[in-house]
Amino acid sequence: MKFSLRNKSKGAEILQQGDILNKETEGLSQSQIVIQRFFRHKAAMIALAVLLIIIIFVFSVFDMQFLFFHYHGWWKYTISDMPDLAFKECPNNTVGCPTLNLRPHFLGGSGLRFGDHPFGQDDVGHDYFALVIRGAQRSLLVTVIIGLVGGTIGTVIGAISGFYRGWIDAVLMRFTDFIITIPTIIIGAVIGAHFGNLGVSFLALYLGLFAWTGLSRLVRGEFLTLREREFVDAARVAGATNRRIIFKHILPNAVGVIIVSVTLLMSGAILLETALSYLGFGVVAPDVSLGLLISRYQDAFSTRPWLFWYPGFFIVTIALCINFVGDGLRDAFDPRQRRKISRKERNVTLKLRARND
Amino acid sequence: MSDPVLKVKDFTVEFWVDGVWYPAARNMNFELEAGKVLAIVGESGSGKSTTALGLMSLLASNAKMSGSIEVKGKEMLGAAAKTLQKYRGREVAYIFQEPMTALNPVYTIGFQIVETLRNHFEMGPKEAHERAVELIRMVDIPDPEKSINKYPHQLSGGQRQRAMIAQALACDPGLLIADEPTTALDVTVQAEILDLMRGLKDKLKSAILLITHDMGVVADMADEILVMKDGLTVEHGSADQIFNRPQHPYTQELLGAVPKLGSSTKRVLEILDKQPVLKLENVTIEYPKRGRIPAFVAVKNFNLEIYRGEIVGLVGESGSGKTTVGRAAIGLLPIKEGKIEVVGKDISHATNKELFAIRRHTGIVFQDPASSLNPRLPIGESIGEPIFLAGLAKGAELAHKVEDLLDQVELPRSYRNRYPHELSGGQRQRVGIARALALTPDLLIADEPTSALDVSVQARFLDLLQELQGKLNFACLFISHDLAVVDILAHRIAVMQNGELVEVGDRDQILQNASNAYTRRLISAVPVPDPAEQRIRREARLAAKN
Repeated sequence: MKFSLRNKSKGAEILQQGDILNKETEGLSQSQIVIQRFFRHKAAMIALAVLLIIIIFVFSVFDMQFLFFHYHGWWKYTISDMPDLAFKECPNNTVGCPTLNLRPHFLGGSGLRFGDHPFGQDDVGHDYFALVIRGAQRSLLVTVIIGLVGGTIGTVIGAISGFYRGWIDAVLMRFTDFIITIPTIIIGAVIGAHFGNLGVSFLALYLGLFAWTGLSRLVRGEFLTLREREFVDAARVAGATNRRIIFKHILPNAVGVIIVSVTLLMSGAILLETALSYLGFGVVAPDVSLGLLISRYQDAFSTRPWLFWYPGFFIVTIALCINFVGDGLRDAFDPRQRRKISRKERNVTLKLRARND
Repeated sequence: MSDPVLKVKDFTVEFWVDGVWYPAARNMNFELEAGKVLAIVGESGSGKSTTALGLMSLLASNAKMSGSIEVKGKEMLGAAAKTLQKYRGREVAYIFQEPMTALNPVYTIGFQIVETLRNHFEMGPKEAHERAVELIRMVDIPDPEKSINKYPHQLSGGQRQRAMIAQALACDPGLLIADEPTTALDVTVQAEILDLMRGLKDKLKSAILLITHDMGVVADMADEILVMKDGLTVEHGSADQIFNRPQHPYTQELLGAVPKLGSSTKRVLEILDKQPVLKLENVTIEYPKRGRIPAFVAVKNFNLEIYRGEIVGLVGESGSGKTTVGRAAIGLLPIKEGKIEVVGKDISHATNKELFAIRRHTGIVFQDPASSLNPRLPIGESIGEPIFLAGLAKGAELAHKVEDLLDQVELPRSYRNRYPHELSGGQRQRVGIARALALTPDLLIADEPTSALDVSVQARFLDLLQELQGKLNFACLFISHDLAVVDILAHRIAVMQNGELVEVGDRDQILQNASNAYTRRLISAVPVPDPAEQRIRREARLAAKN
């Protein structure tokens, strides 16, 4: 139901029904209700919108070949182009400063301008906008692949060992322990050294194969407690199979834990890729990633800070957006979460209460 | 007349929730003299526990208290933290509902009693230890010298509650607040604890503020009674007044809802169908050994038959194996020996597939409605699940059936989209019944379905169950620890103790002249909500013991 504050009778409804957000008569499935609740979560919706804009923006820049469909990007440079270094307008005798200007005339700036090299150029003249966008593409790809692969493996292994217990649990958990003992950075280094030439998606895939351990531990613990709850017995009495019990009854109850740790896994993946690239095991030149950009120009921090601003902006924004979306999803899956009443609505309830007294 | 130990005036507690002050207890006024017992009764949410915690200033930080609380003439509301710390335990002691959680599991009970003592008195460790032994002896825990070094998990439930009473009494407090002190205990243990508290009160001359929902306990203990509803004092008077001449309609309703042992009329059932719906033959159920914990036989040589249209009450104290029997009867637990037949089919060693077929004929209502409904599923889906899984209906047809079921248990149809947490306890348990009856089973297992409910809700629930049973004529195994509830429903009663069937027979025969000593003890321990009658029963029980 929609809250309308124009008339008093609706306010009275708020008093009586509080946060009930069901249409009263029509049956809604669980997924419909979850989607409804997610759309109500403002921070998550904003984050999702920003994330989508970033994704569309980032992937629209360059040419793309997808099966028989050829897409023409709108940016003139690629990461391998090396135009002449521009130095005319740069302060403090630097070269290759950004031409992007967001400050309009009436605020004392020189007007909205994209320019030839909006993010500037690096020391040999590469267009930094092209580099950063390419890096953001790689980072998003790494994030998504590690999140999907690690999330799926972790959830399945955790769910199976928590639900079946016994020897299955013992075997799976010892295997998990074994994986945990190997530092991810070393795994990454070995994978990078062997498969680095296969491209960033293979690297992400292999990293995902080792990044699920923490998640599977959490999911297992969640399953161990949930399987003892009476509603699981109730489902079994109703004739539910093990598969139905796991996926329909227990998993939705564990989804909060899963989503939060997958989002953490995903934002951690960006940092992992950064670290690996810094060590030289991740993305290999001529390809770039955001981490590689930051590590490559670490000496230039004081003289040409824009070399950090732009990759940094993308790293932080992407990671934040993922976390917010995860937050929203967790709230949407948890029916006990109550929608906060806004100040306006509260005033109406207070007035009504005062009148009733 | 002596000065009152506790004087409460215009005491109000409010909670700040989501920007609004919600009153939890309003304008409470009462006094309590030494050696007297004041009982605050009310259903859940009436504010009785809030009042008790408020007296100790133990409420959460979003609470606001006003009015006045005087303990032995000293104002306690708004007193400094240090003053409060001194008076807690020393002047006012608190007995919690659940001794397992109120005692710290990593310390021995002796340590915890000594801690209380040394917090309030200048006392050497040896002296405190001696005093602790003395206290433990006073509350009748066997072998005090050894028991003092035991951890809470090494004691039985009753002994734990005794240990907590010993700790509460450590400093000879003038006022003892007992918040549902016997709710977590079995009736026979409850009777012993109540006897103990009564004896100690007379001996130590302290006043007791008893918080409870159980009218039987009130009748057993209270001199004065205060009835609360929705934070308001509904009625306040002597025990005799409240029980025999209740003025307020709510008090009358509350007393009327309390099931009373031996009050319902005679019930006869003619068994037409000679084939039992449920037949247990020499059933033994064992929990297999896990690691170093040896195997545990929960049920031994159990025999029981239930026929169509019959309700059999299965009673016993906690740990007697009654729930185990109920779960095995619908194939949730494997059995070790014997044979279980449901509607003529042997399910003792059935495969999953065979069990699936049997499950169309059975339903179960669980004890805790909060845990037995999936919190992530709207209740309509929970109710419809058995029908859906049995492949009987889908889509619109299923929705229609769910609506019918909701009508049957007298819930509005619009509730199907609600989640369990949006419903009250009684409503949730109705959902539980609706789900259990979704496939119109021949056999319904009800596992303590009312133990989490308030009496008035319980009364309505029992009416509903009885009505549905009359209409649908299913066989029902009603598992309960509460003899009075079983008395209302059952045609026959089976009594269990330590995994064995002690006695089974017609309701009247069991309740009026049981042949087994344990059954008789169980019946005599049930407190009756009538002070005069309860006194007679108590004296009879004590005489039988000595």
